[in-house]
Amino acid sequence: MRHIVMRRFSNTFAQGVMYALTVLALVPLALVLWFTASNGLPAVSHVEFFLNSQRPTGIPGGGVANAIVGTAIIVGIASLAAIPVGVLSGIYLAEYGAGRWASWVRLASDVLVGAPSIALGLFAYALVVVPQHHFSGISASVALAILMLPVVVRTTESAVGLIPNGLRESGLALGLPRWRVSLQLILPAAAPGVITGALLAVARAAGETAPVLFTAFGNQFLTFDPNRFMSTLPLVVFRDALTPYKDLQQEAWGAALVLVIMVLVINLGSRWVLRRQIRLARQL
Amino acid sequence: MAAAADSAAVAPVEIPRPPDRYRTFTAFVSWAAPASLIVIVAVLIQQAWPSVTRFGLGFFISTEWNPVTNAFGALPFIFGTLVTSAIALVLAVPVGVAVAVLLAEPGAQGIRGAIGTGIELLAAIPSVVYGIWALYVLAPWALLHIETPITDHLASVPFLGGVPRQTSLFTASLVLAVMILPTLSAVSRDVIRAVPRGLRESSVALGSTWWETTWHVILPAARAGIIGATVLALGRALAETVAVAMVIGNRPEIPHSVFSPGYTLAAVIANEFAEATGDIYQGALVEIGLVLILVTLTVNLLALLLVHSARARALV
Repeated sequence: MRHIVMRRFSNTFAQGVMYALTVLALVPLALVLWFTASNGLPAVSHVEFFLNSQRPTGIPGGGVANAIVGTAIIVGIASLAAIPVGVLSGIYLAEYGAGRWASWVRLASDVLVGAPSIALGLFAYALVVVPQHHFSGISASVALAILMLPVVVRTTESAVGLIPNGLRESGLALGLPRWRVSLQLILPAAAPGVITGALLAVARAAGETAPVLFTAFGNQFLTFDPNRFMSTLPLVVFRDALTPYKDLQQEAWGAALVLVIMVLVINLGSRWVLRRQIRLARQL
Repeated sequence: MAAAADSAAVAPVEIPRPPDRYRTFTAFVSWAAPASLIVIVAVLIQQAWPSVTRFGLGFFISTEWNPVTNAFGALPFIFGTLVTSAIALVLAVPVGVAVAVLLAEPGAQGIRGAIGTGIELLAAIPSVVYGIWALYVLAPWALLHIETPITDHLASVPFLGGVPRQTSLFTASLVLAVMILPTLSAVSRDVIRAVPRGLRESSVALGSTWWETTWHVILPAARAGIIGATVLALGRALAETVAVAMVIGNRPEIPHSVFSPGYTLAAVIANEFAEATGDIYQGALVEIGLVLILVTLTVNLLALLLVHSARARALV
Protein backbone atom coordinates (compact mmCIF):
# COMPACT_ATOMS: atom_id res chain seq x y z
CA MET A 1 0.00 0.00 0.00
CA ARG A 2 2.78 2.38 0.89
CA HIS A 3 4.23 1.77 -2.51
CA ILE A 4 1.05 3.01 -4.16
CA VAL A 5 0.98 6.08 -1.95
CA MET A 6 4.55 6.86 -2.96
CA ARG A 7 3.77 6.44 -6.65
CA ARG A 8 0.74 8.63 -6.38
CA PHE A 9 2.71 11.25 -4.51
CA SER A 10 5.55 11.29 -7.03
CA ASN A 11 3.00 11.53 -9.82
CA THR A 12 1.33 14.57 -8.29
CA PHE A 13 4.68 16.09 -7.44
CA ALA A 14 6.00 15.65 -10.99
CA GLN A 15 2.82 17.09 -12.44
CA GLY A 16 3.18 20.10 -10.17
CA VAL A 17 6.78 20.61 -11.28
CA MET A 18 5.78 20.40 -14.95
CA TYR A 19 3.06 23.02 -14.52
CA ALA A 20 5.38 25.24 -12.50
CA LEU A 21 8.04 25.09 -15.23
CA THR A 22 5.42 25.94 -17.86
CA VAL A 23 4.29 28.97 -15.89
CA LEU A 24 7.96 29.90 -15.51
CA ALA A 25 8.29 29.77 -19.31
CA LEU A 26 5.51 32.32 -19.69
CA VAL A 27 6.87 34.73 -17.08
CA PRO A 28 9.42 36.34 -19.46
CA LEU A 29 6.68 37.00 -22.03
CA ALA A 30 4.57 38.79 -19.44
CA LEU A 31 7.57 40.76 -18.16
CA VAL A 32 8.73 41.84 -21.63
CA LEU A 33 5.23 42.94 -22.60
CA TRP A 34 4.66 44.74 -19.30
CA PHE A 35 7.94 46.66 -19.22
CA THR A 36 7.80 47.56 -22.91
CA ALA A 37 4.27 48.87 -22.49
CA SER A 38 4.89 50.79 -19.27
CA ASN A 39 8.19 52.30 -20.42
CA GLY A 40 7.11 52.91 -24.00
CA LEU A 41 3.68 54.44 -23.43
CA PRO A 42 4.93 57.87 -22.23
CA ALA A 43 6.87 58.21 -25.51
CA VAL A 44 4.16 56.87 -27.76
CA SER A 45 1.41 59.02 -26.23
CA HIS A 46 2.74 62.15 -27.99
CA VAL A 47 1.63 62.56 -31.61
CA GLU A 48 5.03 64.08 -32.46
CA PHE A 49 6.56 60.65 -31.84
CA PHE A 50 5.05 59.50 -35.12
CA LEU A 51 5.35 62.79 -37.03
CA ASN A 52 8.84 64.11 -36.28
CA SER A 53 12.24 62.70 -37.05
CA GLN A 54 14.87 61.86 -34.43
CA ARG A 55 16.45 64.80 -32.64
CA PRO A 56 19.65 65.01 -30.60
CA THR A 57 19.35 64.60 -26.86
CA GLY A 58 18.04 67.61 -24.98
CA ILE A 59 15.89 68.89 -27.84
CA PRO A 60 12.22 68.07 -27.14
CA GLY A 61 9.76 66.92 -29.79
CA GLY A 62 11.85 64.13 -31.28
CA GLY A 63 10.12 61.21 -32.93
CA VAL A 64 10.77 58.16 -35.04
CA ALA A 65 9.04 59.13 -38.31
CA ASN A 66 12.34 58.64 -40.17
CA ALA A 67 12.64 55.11 -38.79
CA ILE A 68 9.02 54.21 -39.53
CA VAL A 69 9.38 55.40 -43.14
CA GLY A 70 12.73 53.62 -43.43
CA THR A 71 11.35 50.35 -42.07
CA ALA A 72 8.37 50.53 -44.43
CA ILE A 73 10.48 51.24 -47.53
CA ILE A 74 13.25 48.72 -46.76
CA VAL A 75 10.86 45.92 -45.84
CA GLY A 76 8.56 46.86 -48.75
CA ILE A 77 11.35 46.45 -51.31
CA ALA A 78 12.47 43.21 -49.65
CA SER A 79 8.89 41.92 -49.83
CA LEU A 80 8.60 42.79 -53.53
CA ALA A 81 11.58 40.53 -54.18
CA ALA A 82 11.02 37.75 -51.64
CA ILE A 83 7.26 37.19 -51.74
CA PRO A 84 6.75 36.43 -55.49
CA VAL A 85 9.85 34.24 -55.62
CA GLY A 86 8.93 32.52 -52.35
CA VAL A 87 5.31 31.91 -53.38
CA LEU A 88 6.31 30.44 -56.75
CA SER A 89 8.93 28.22 -55.09
CA GLY A 90 6.36 27.10 -52.53
CA ILE A 91 3.87 26.30 -55.30
CA TYR A 92 6.55 24.25 -57.06
CA LEU A 93 7.21 22.28 -53.86
CA ALA A 94 3.51 21.65 -53.27
CA GLU A 95 2.58 20.79 -56.88
CA TYR A 96 5.66 18.94 -58.12
CA GLY A 97 7.41 18.32 -54.83
CA ALA A 98 8.11 14.58 -55.03
CA GLY A 99 11.47 14.61 -56.79
CA ARG A 100 15.00 14.90 -55.54
CA TRP A 101 15.40 18.54 -56.60
CA ALA A 102 12.37 19.50 -54.49
CA SER A 103 13.85 17.86 -51.41
CA TRP A 104 17.07 19.85 -51.97
CA VAL A 105 15.02 23.06 -52.13
CA ARG A 106 13.21 22.08 -48.94
CA LEU A 107 16.46 21.31 -47.15
CA ALA A 108 18.06 24.56 -48.33
CA SER A 109 15.04 26.56 -47.12
CA ASP A 110 15.03 24.87 -43.73
CA VAL A 111 18.75 25.48 -43.31
CA LEU A 112 18.49 29.07 -44.56
CA VAL A 113 15.86 29.83 -41.88
CA GLY A 114 18.53 29.16 -39.27
CA ALA A 115 21.31 31.12 -40.98
CA PRO A 116 22.64 33.86 -38.69
CA SER A 117 21.05 37.14 -39.74
CA ILE A 118 24.30 39.01 -39.09
CA ALA A 119 25.95 36.89 -41.81
CA LEU A 120 23.22 37.98 -44.23
CA GLY A 121 24.16 41.55 -43.37
CA LEU A 122 27.82 40.83 -44.16
CA PHE A 123 26.73 39.30 -47.46
CA ALA A 124 24.60 42.30 -48.46
CA TYR A 125 27.47 44.60 -47.46
CA ALA A 126 29.88 42.77 -49.78
CA LEU A 127 27.33 42.54 -52.58
CA VAL A 128 25.81 46.05 -52.60
CA VAL A 129 27.56 48.44 -50.21
CA VAL A 130 31.13 47.74 -51.38
CA PRO A 131 30.48 48.29 -55.12
CA GLN A 132 28.32 51.36 -54.39
CA HIS A 133 30.80 52.81 -51.89
CA HIS A 134 28.02 53.91 -49.52
CA PHE A 135 25.43 52.46 -47.15
CA SER A 136 21.88 52.35 -48.51
CA GLY A 137 18.36 51.22 -47.74
CA ILE A 138 18.41 48.97 -50.79
CA SER A 139 21.32 46.92 -49.44
CA ALA A 140 19.33 46.27 -46.26
CA SER A 141 16.45 45.12 -48.47
CA VAL A 142 18.76 42.54 -50.09
CA ALA A 143 19.65 41.07 -46.69
CA LEU A 144 16.04 41.07 -45.47
CA ALA A 145 14.76 39.51 -48.72
CA ILE A 146 17.02 36.49 -48.16
CA LEU A 147 15.81 36.35 -44.57
CA MET A 148 12.15 36.34 -45.67
CA LEU A 149 12.48 33.92 -48.60
CA PRO A 150 12.59 30.56 -46.75
CA VAL A 151 9.71 31.55 -44.46
CA VAL A 152 7.50 32.40 -47.46
CA VAL A 153 8.54 29.21 -49.30
CA ARG A 154 7.61 26.85 -46.48
CA THR A 155 4.36 28.58 -45.44
CA THR A 156 3.20 28.71 -49.08
CA GLU A 157 3.98 25.04 -49.52
CA SER A 158 1.93 24.03 -46.49
CA ALA A 159 -0.95 26.40 -47.39
CA VAL A 160 -1.18 25.07 -50.97
CA GLY A 161 -0.81 21.52 -49.67
CA LEU A 162 -3.95 22.00 -47.56
CA ILE A 163 -6.12 22.50 -50.66
CA PRO A 164 -7.93 19.23 -51.45
CA ASN A 165 -6.88 17.46 -54.65
CA GLY A 166 -10.47 17.48 -55.95
CA LEU A 167 -10.22 21.17 -56.78
CA ARG A 168 -7.06 20.57 -58.81
CA GLU A 169 -8.57 17.57 -60.60
CA SER A 170 -11.81 19.35 -61.46
CA GLY A 171 -9.82 22.21 -62.99
CA LEU A 172 -7.70 19.82 -65.04
CA ALA A 173 -10.80 17.85 -66.08
CA LEU A 174 -12.26 21.04 -67.51
CA GLY A 175 -9.19 21.28 -69.72
CA LEU A 176 -7.42 24.14 -67.97
CA PRO A 177 -3.64 24.17 -68.34
CA ARG A 178 -1.62 23.49 -65.19
CA TRP A 179 -0.56 27.10 -64.72
CA ARG A 180 -4.15 28.35 -64.78
CA VAL A 181 -5.26 25.64 -62.35
CA SER A 182 -2.39 26.54 -60.08
CA LEU A 183 -2.58 30.33 -60.23
CA GLN A 184 -6.31 30.89 -60.75
CA LEU A 185 -7.85 28.05 -58.76
CA ILE A 186 -5.43 26.74 -56.14
CA LEU A 187 -3.65 29.94 -55.20
CA PRO A 188 -6.84 31.97 -54.52
CA ALA A 189 -8.17 29.08 -52.43
CA ALA A 190 -4.92 29.01 -50.47
CA ALA A 191 -4.65 32.81 -50.34
CA PRO A 192 -5.35 33.31 -46.60
CA GLY A 193 -2.57 30.89 -45.66
CA VAL A 194 -0.15 32.33 -48.21
CA ILE A 195 -0.86 35.92 -47.15
CA THR A 196 -0.47 35.20 -43.45
CA GLY A 197 2.82 33.42 -44.17
CA ALA A 198 4.02 36.47 -46.06
CA LEU A 199 2.88 38.74 -43.24
CA LEU A 200 4.76 36.66 -40.67
CA ALA A 201 7.87 37.00 -42.83
CA VAL A 202 7.31 40.77 -43.03
CA ALA A 203 6.97 40.97 -39.24
CA ARG A 204 10.18 38.99 -38.77
CA ALA A 205 12.08 41.16 -41.26
CA ALA A 206 10.79 44.43 -39.76
CA GLY A 207 12.05 43.38 -36.33
CA GLU A 208 15.56 42.42 -37.43
CA THR A 209 18.47 44.57 -36.33
CA ALA A 210 21.61 42.64 -37.21
CA PRO A 211 21.26 42.65 -41.02
CA VAL A 212 20.56 46.42 -41.20
CA LEU A 213 23.38 47.56 -38.89
CA PHE A 214 25.95 48.03 -41.65
CA THR A 215 23.68 48.07 -44.69
CA ALA A 216 21.06 50.76 -43.98
CA PHE A 217 23.33 52.05 -41.19
CA GLY A 218 20.82 54.56 -39.77
CA ASN A 219 19.94 58.15 -40.53
CA GLN A 220 18.72 60.94 -38.26
CA PHE A 221 16.82 62.58 -41.10
CA LEU A 222 13.67 61.63 -42.94
CA THR A 223 14.38 60.26 -46.41
CA PHE A 224 12.30 58.43 -48.99
CA ASP A 225 15.26 57.55 -51.20
CA PRO A 226 16.28 53.89 -50.72
CA ASN A 227 19.62 54.66 -52.32
CA ARG A 228 20.70 56.62 -49.23
CA PHE A 229 21.37 55.88 -45.56
CA MET A 230 18.13 54.95 -43.81
CA SER A 231 16.99 54.24 -40.29
CA THR A 232 14.69 51.47 -39.09
CA LEU A 233 12.80 51.00 -35.83
CA PRO A 234 15.08 48.22 -34.49
CA LEU A 235 18.11 50.42 -35.23
CA VAL A 236 16.57 53.21 -33.15
CA VAL A 237 15.99 50.82 -30.26
CA PHE A 238 19.53 49.41 -30.48
CA ARG A 239 21.39 52.71 -30.77
CA ASP A 240 19.25 54.82 -28.40
CA ALA A 241 19.04 52.17 -25.69
CA LEU A 242 22.83 52.15 -25.38
CA THR A 243 23.11 55.94 -24.93
CA PRO A 244 23.31 57.40 -21.41
CA TYR A 245 20.58 59.98 -22.14
CA LYS A 246 17.17 59.57 -20.52
CA ASP A 247 15.20 61.14 -23.39
CA LEU A 248 16.84 58.91 -26.01
CA GLN A 249 16.28 55.83 -23.84
CA GLN A 250 12.64 56.87 -23.66
CA GLU A 251 12.57 57.06 -27.46
CA ALA A 252 14.08 53.55 -27.63
CA TRP A 253 11.33 52.13 -25.39
CA GLY A 254 8.71 53.86 -27.55
CA ALA A 255 10.14 52.36 -30.73
CA ALA A 256 10.28 48.95 -29.02
CA LEU A 257 6.60 49.27 -28.09
CA VAL A 258 5.68 50.07 -31.70
CA LEU A 259 7.59 46.96 -32.84
CA VAL A 260 5.96 44.74 -30.23
CA ILE A 261 2.46 45.94 -31.11
CA MET A 262 3.10 45.31 -34.82
CA VAL A 263 4.40 41.80 -34.11
CA LEU A 264 1.51 40.94 -31.77
CA VAL A 265 -1.16 42.15 -34.19
CA ILE A 266 0.32 40.25 -37.14
CA ASN A 267 0.88 37.03 -35.17
CA LEU A 268 -2.45 36.87 -33.37
CA GLY A 269 -4.31 37.91 -36.53
CA SER A 270 -2.59 35.29 -38.65
CA ARG A 271 -3.28 32.54 -36.11
CA TRP A 272 -6.96 33.40 -36.25
CA VAL A 273 -7.04 33.41 -40.06
CA LEU A 274 -5.07 30.16 -40.30
CA ARG A 275 -7.35 28.34 -37.90
CA ARG A 276 -10.35 29.46 -39.94
CA GLN A 277 -8.62 28.34 -43.14
CA ILE A 278 -7.90 24.87 -41.77
CA ARG A 279 -11.52 24.53 -40.65
CA LEU A 280 -12.79 25.58 -44.09
CA ALA A 281 -10.39 23.20 -45.84
CA ARG A 282 -11.72 20.33 -43.73
CA GLN A 283 -15.28 21.14 -44.81
CA LEU A 284 -14.39 20.94 -48.53
CA MET B 1 7.00 0.52 -95.72
CA ALA B 2 5.03 -2.47 -94.51
CA ALA B 3 7.28 -2.89 -91.48
CA ALA B 4 6.81 0.72 -90.55
CA ALA B 5 3.04 0.35 -90.76
CA ASP B 6 3.24 -2.75 -88.53
CA SER B 7 5.22 -1.13 -85.82
CA ALA B 8 2.92 1.90 -85.91
CA ALA B 9 0.00 -0.41 -85.34
CA VAL B 10 1.69 -2.15 -82.39
CA ALA B 11 3.10 0.90 -80.61
CA PRO B 12 0.60 2.81 -78.43
CA VAL B 13 -0.69 5.98 -80.00
CA GLU B 14 1.48 8.90 -78.93
CA ILE B 15 -0.62 11.89 -77.90
CA PRO B 16 1.50 14.97 -78.43
CA ARG B 17 1.76 16.67 -75.05
CA PRO B 18 2.83 20.28 -74.76
CA PRO B 19 5.86 20.72 -72.52
CA ASP B 20 4.89 21.74 -68.98
CA ARG B 21 6.47 25.19 -69.12
CA TYR B 22 4.85 26.15 -65.82
CA ARG B 23 6.73 23.34 -64.09
CA THR B 24 10.01 24.39 -65.71
CA PHE B 25 9.43 28.00 -64.69
CA THR B 26 8.54 27.34 -61.04
CA ALA B 27 11.38 24.83 -60.77
CA PHE B 28 13.73 27.52 -62.05
CA VAL B 29 12.41 30.07 -59.54
CA SER B 30 12.82 27.57 -56.72
CA TRP B 31 16.57 27.72 -57.36
CA ALA B 32 16.51 30.97 -55.38
CA ALA B 33 16.83 29.44 -51.91
CA PRO B 34 19.63 26.89 -52.59
CA ALA B 35 21.44 29.33 -54.88
CA SER B 36 21.44 32.16 -52.33
CA LEU B 37 22.80 29.76 -49.71
CA ILE B 38 25.73 28.84 -51.96
CA VAL B 39 26.36 32.42 -53.10
CA ILE B 40 26.36 33.70 -49.50
CA VAL B 41 29.01 31.21 -48.41
CA ALA B 42 31.08 31.87 -51.56
CA VAL B 43 30.99 35.65 -51.11
CA LEU B 44 31.90 35.40 -47.44
CA ILE B 45 34.86 33.12 -48.23
CA GLN B 46 36.06 35.61 -50.86
CA GLN B 47 35.71 38.56 -48.45
CA ALA B 48 37.40 36.73 -45.59
CA TRP B 49 40.34 35.62 -47.75
CA PRO B 50 42.84 38.34 -46.67
CA SER B 51 42.39 37.30 -43.06
CA VAL B 52 42.35 33.55 -43.80
CA THR B 53 45.67 33.66 -45.65
CA ARG B 54 47.30 35.96 -43.13
CA PHE B 55 46.37 34.27 -39.86
CA GLY B 56 45.71 30.69 -40.95
CA LEU B 57 44.69 28.36 -38.14
CA GLY B 58 46.29 30.68 -35.58
CA PHE B 59 43.13 32.78 -35.94
CA PHE B 60 41.26 30.26 -33.82
CA ILE B 61 43.78 29.92 -30.98
CA SER B 62 45.03 33.48 -30.59
CA THR B 63 43.45 35.55 -27.84
CA GLU B 64 44.76 38.90 -29.03
CA TRP B 65 42.28 41.26 -30.69
CA ASN B 66 44.00 44.51 -31.52
CA PRO B 67 42.89 46.56 -34.54
CA VAL B 68 45.77 49.00 -34.03
CA THR B 69 48.47 46.38 -34.59
CA ASN B 70 46.32 44.33 -36.98
CA ALA B 71 46.55 41.31 -34.67
CA PHE B 72 43.36 39.30 -34.71
CA GLY B 73 42.50 36.09 -32.87
CA ALA B 74 38.98 34.77 -32.40
CA LEU B 75 39.40 32.58 -29.32
CA PRO B 76 37.72 34.99 -26.82
CA PHE B 77 34.66 35.20 -29.08
CA ILE B 78 34.53 31.45 -29.64
CA PHE B 79 34.80 30.95 -25.87
CA GLY B 80 32.03 33.47 -25.15
CA THR B 81 29.71 32.01 -27.77
CA LEU B 82 30.18 28.44 -26.54
CA VAL B 83 29.82 29.31 -22.84
CA THR B 84 26.70 31.47 -23.23
CA SER B 85 25.03 28.90 -25.52
CA ALA B 86 25.86 26.05 -23.15
CA ILE B 87 24.49 27.85 -20.07
CA ALA B 88 21.40 28.87 -22.03
CA LEU B 89 20.77 25.25 -23.03
CA VAL B 90 21.19 23.99 -19.47
CA LEU B 91 18.65 26.56 -18.28
CA ALA B 92 16.17 26.18 -21.13
CA VAL B 93 16.07 22.44 -21.86
CA PRO B 94 14.21 21.30 -18.68
CA VAL B 95 11.67 24.11 -19.03
CA GLY B 96 11.23 23.58 -22.76
CA VAL B 97 10.71 19.83 -22.43
CA ALA B 98 8.22 20.32 -19.57
CA VAL B 99 6.21 22.73 -21.73
CA ALA B 100 6.38 20.31 -24.65
CA VAL B 101 5.15 17.38 -22.54
CA LEU B 102 2.15 19.36 -21.32
CA LEU B 103 1.34 20.76 -24.77
CA ALA B 104 1.59 17.32 -26.41
CA GLU B 105 -0.94 15.69 -24.08
CA PRO B 106 -3.81 14.19 -26.07
CA GLY B 107 -7.29 15.50 -25.48
CA ALA B 108 -9.04 18.86 -25.34
CA GLN B 109 -6.86 21.93 -25.85
CA GLY B 110 -8.48 24.68 -23.74
CA ILE B 111 -5.88 26.31 -21.49
CA ARG B 112 -3.07 24.50 -23.32
CA GLY B 113 -4.00 26.30 -26.54
CA ALA B 114 -3.44 29.59 -24.75
CA ILE B 115 -0.07 28.40 -23.40
CA GLY B 116 0.96 27.36 -26.90
CA THR B 117 0.03 30.79 -28.26
CA GLY B 118 2.04 32.44 -25.50
CA ILE B 119 5.13 30.37 -26.26
CA GLU B 120 4.83 31.17 -29.97
CA LEU B 121 4.56 34.89 -29.21
CA LEU B 122 7.79 34.53 -27.24
CA ALA B 123 9.39 33.48 -30.54
CA ALA B 124 7.89 36.41 -32.44
CA ILE B 125 9.20 39.24 -30.25
CA PRO B 126 12.15 40.94 -32.02
CA SER B 127 15.53 40.26 -30.47
CA VAL B 128 16.28 43.96 -30.00
CA VAL B 129 13.23 44.20 -27.71
CA TYR B 130 14.67 41.35 -25.62
CA GLY B 131 17.89 43.32 -25.67
CA ILE B 132 16.50 46.55 -24.25
CA TRP B 133 14.44 44.60 -21.69
CA ALA B 134 17.46 42.60 -20.61
CA LEU B 135 19.63 45.70 -20.37
CA TYR B 136 17.28 47.75 -18.19
CA VAL B 137 15.20 45.15 -16.32
CA LEU B 138 16.77 41.70 -16.33
CA ALA B 139 20.43 42.64 -15.84
CA PRO B 140 19.97 44.78 -12.70
CA TRP B 141 17.63 42.16 -11.22
CA ALA B 142 19.98 39.27 -12.00
CA LEU B 143 22.93 41.13 -10.51
CA LEU B 144 21.09 41.68 -7.24
CA HIS B 145 19.29 38.35 -6.84
CA ILE B 146 21.42 35.78 -8.65
CA GLU B 147 24.95 36.96 -9.33
CA THR B 148 25.79 38.63 -6.03
CA PRO B 149 24.50 35.79 -3.77
CA ILE B 150 26.37 33.19 -5.84
CA THR B 151 29.66 35.08 -5.91
CA ASP B 152 29.33 35.73 -2.16
CA HIS B 153 28.85 32.10 -1.22
CA LEU B 154 30.68 30.20 -3.93
CA ALA B 155 33.63 32.51 -4.52
CA SER B 156 36.12 29.65 -4.43
CA VAL B 157 34.39 27.65 -7.17
CA PRO B 158 36.09 28.24 -10.54
CA PHE B 159 34.12 30.44 -12.96
CA LEU B 160 31.71 31.53 -10.22
CA GLY B 161 33.86 34.00 -8.30
CA GLY B 162 35.04 37.50 -9.01
CA VAL B 163 33.20 40.78 -8.93
CA PRO B 164 29.74 40.33 -10.48
CA ARG B 165 28.70 42.75 -13.23
CA GLN B 166 25.35 43.62 -14.76
CA THR B 167 26.62 43.01 -18.26
CA SER B 168 28.13 39.54 -18.19
CA LEU B 169 28.25 36.15 -19.86
CA PHE B 170 25.61 35.00 -17.40
CA THR B 171 23.14 37.78 -18.24
CA ALA B 172 23.56 37.03 -21.94
CA SER B 173 22.91 33.34 -21.22
CA LEU B 174 19.68 34.21 -19.37
CA VAL B 175 18.37 36.18 -22.37
CA LEU B 176 19.44 33.42 -24.74
CA ALA B 177 17.62 30.84 -22.61
CA VAL B 178 14.39 32.83 -22.95
CA MET B 179 14.90 33.28 -26.69
CA ILE B 180 15.56 29.61 -27.52
CA LEU B 181 12.73 28.31 -25.35
CA PRO B 182 10.04 28.52 -28.10
CA THR B 183 12.19 26.55 -30.58
CA LEU B 184 12.86 23.88 -27.97
CA SER B 185 9.28 23.45 -26.85
CA ALA B 186 7.64 23.68 -30.30
CA VAL B 187 9.92 21.08 -31.90
CA SER B 188 9.86 18.78 -28.87
CA ARG B 189 6.08 19.01 -28.76
CA ASP B 190 5.81 17.87 -32.39
CA VAL B 191 8.18 14.98 -31.75
CA ILE B 192 6.34 13.89 -28.60
CA ARG B 193 3.03 14.08 -30.47
CA ALA B 194 4.47 11.74 -33.10
CA VAL B 195 5.04 9.02 -30.49
CA PRO B 196 2.50 6.30 -31.34
CA ARG B 197 -0.64 6.51 -29.26
CA GLY B 198 -0.51 2.78 -28.63
CA LEU B 199 2.64 3.16 -26.53
CA ARG B 200 0.96 5.61 -24.20
CA GLU B 201 -2.21 3.56 -23.99
CA SER B 202 -0.46 0.26 -23.29
CA SER B 203 1.55 1.88 -20.53
CA VAL B 204 -1.59 3.30 -18.91
CA ALA B 205 -3.36 -0.05 -19.35
CA LEU B 206 -0.53 -1.73 -17.41
CA GLY B 207 -1.34 0.55 -14.49
CA SER B 208 1.35 3.22 -14.84
CA THR B 209 0.68 6.65 -13.48
CA TRP B 210 0.85 9.69 -15.77
CA TRP B 211 4.36 10.47 -14.63
CA GLU B 212 5.60 6.90 -15.05
CA THR B 213 4.17 6.83 -18.58
CA THR B 214 5.81 10.15 -19.40
CA TRP B 215 9.19 9.38 -17.86
CA HIS B 216 9.63 5.71 -18.77
CA VAL B 217 7.72 5.50 -22.08
CA ILE B 218 7.04 8.81 -23.84
CA LEU B 219 10.32 10.65 -23.23
CA PRO B 220 12.59 7.68 -24.11
CA ALA B 221 10.57 7.13 -27.30
CA ALA B 222 10.98 10.79 -28.24
CA ARG B 223 14.61 11.06 -27.12
CA ALA B 224 16.21 11.40 -30.57
CA GLY B 225 13.75 14.13 -31.50
CA ILE B 226 14.27 16.02 -28.24
CA ILE B 227 18.03 15.91 -28.83
CA GLY B 228 17.31 17.26 -32.32
CA ALA B 229 15.25 20.09 -30.83
CA THR B 230 18.10 20.87 -28.43
CA VAL B 231 20.60 21.01 -31.29
CA LEU B 232 18.25 23.27 -33.26
CA ALA B 233 18.00 25.56 -30.23
CA LEU B 234 21.80 25.52 -29.99
CA GLY B 235 21.92 26.79 -33.58
CA ARG B 236 19.62 29.68 -32.62
CA ALA B 237 21.71 30.50 -29.56
CA LEU B 238 24.99 30.52 -31.52
CA ALA B 239 23.53 32.86 -34.15
CA GLU B 240 21.79 35.35 -31.85
CA THR B 241 23.35 38.77 -32.21
CA VAL B 242 21.73 41.94 -31.00
CA ALA B 243 20.21 40.93 -27.68
CA VAL B 244 23.54 39.39 -26.68
CA ALA B 245 25.55 42.39 -27.89
CA MET B 246 23.50 44.63 -25.59
CA VAL B 247 24.12 42.72 -22.36
CA ILE B 248 27.37 40.77 -22.64
CA GLY B 249 29.68 43.66 -21.87
CA ASN B 250 31.68 43.50 -25.12
CA ARG B 251 35.16 42.78 -23.78
CA PRO B 252 37.43 40.74 -26.07
CA GLU B 253 39.09 38.57 -23.45
CA ILE B 254 38.51 35.20 -21.81
CA PRO B 255 37.03 36.06 -18.41
CA HIS B 256 37.75 34.10 -15.22
CA SER B 257 34.10 34.11 -14.16
CA VAL B 258 30.75 33.75 -15.91
CA PHE B 259 29.69 36.90 -14.07
CA SER B 260 32.30 38.98 -15.90
CA PRO B 261 31.89 40.71 -19.27
CA GLY B 262 32.79 38.74 -22.39
CA TYR B 263 32.09 38.77 -26.10
CA THR B 264 30.54 36.50 -28.74
CA LEU B 265 31.24 35.91 -32.43
CA ALA B 266 28.03 37.54 -33.62
CA ALA B 267 28.27 40.47 -31.20
CA VAL B 268 31.75 41.52 -32.27
CA ILE B 269 30.64 41.71 -35.91
CA ALA B 270 27.61 43.78 -34.95
CA ASN B 271 29.65 46.23 -32.89
CA GLU B 272 32.80 46.64 -34.93
CA PHE B 273 32.10 45.94 -38.59
CA ALA B 274 30.69 49.36 -39.53
CA GLU B 275 33.81 51.05 -38.12
CA ALA B 276 36.33 48.48 -39.33
CA THR B 277 38.93 49.94 -41.69
CA GLY B 278 41.35 48.07 -43.89
CA ASP B 279 41.21 44.69 -45.59
CA ILE B 280 42.68 42.75 -42.68
CA TYR B 281 40.32 44.10 -39.99
CA GLN B 282 37.22 43.69 -42.18
CA GLY B 283 38.50 40.31 -43.39
CA ALA B 284 38.92 39.12 -39.81
CA LEU B 285 35.34 40.12 -38.96
CA VAL B 286 34.00 38.46 -42.11
CA GLU B 287 35.99 35.33 -41.25
CA ILE B 288 34.21 35.31 -37.90
CA GLY B 289 30.91 35.60 -39.80
CA LEU B 290 31.99 32.76 -42.07
CA VAL B 291 32.81 30.53 -39.09
CA LEU B 292 29.46 31.45 -37.56
CA ILE B 293 27.41 30.63 -40.66
CA LEU B 294 29.27 27.37 -41.38
CA VAL B 295 28.88 26.19 -37.78
CA THR B 296 25.18 27.11 -37.56
CA LEU B 297 24.42 25.54 -40.95
CA THR B 298 26.11 22.30 -39.86
CA VAL B 299 24.34 22.34 -36.52
CA ASN B 300 20.96 22.99 -38.16
CA LEU B 301 21.52 20.25 -40.72
CA LEU B 302 22.33 17.80 -37.93
CA ALA B 303 19.25 18.87 -35.98
CA LEU B 304 16.96 18.51 -39.01
CA LEU B 305 18.29 15.00 -39.67
CA LEU B 306 17.70 14.03 -36.02
CA VAL B 307 14.17 15.43 -35.94
CA HIS B 308 13.21 13.92 -39.30
CA SER B 309 14.54 10.49 -38.44
CA ALA B 310 12.81 10.62 -35.05
CA ARG B 311 9.49 11.48 -36.67
CA ALA B 312 9.89 8.91 -39.43
CA ARG B 313 10.71 6.19 -36.89
CA ALA B 314 7.74 7.16 -34.72
CA LEU B 315 5.37 6.92 -37.68
CA VAL B 316 6.49 3.41 -38.70
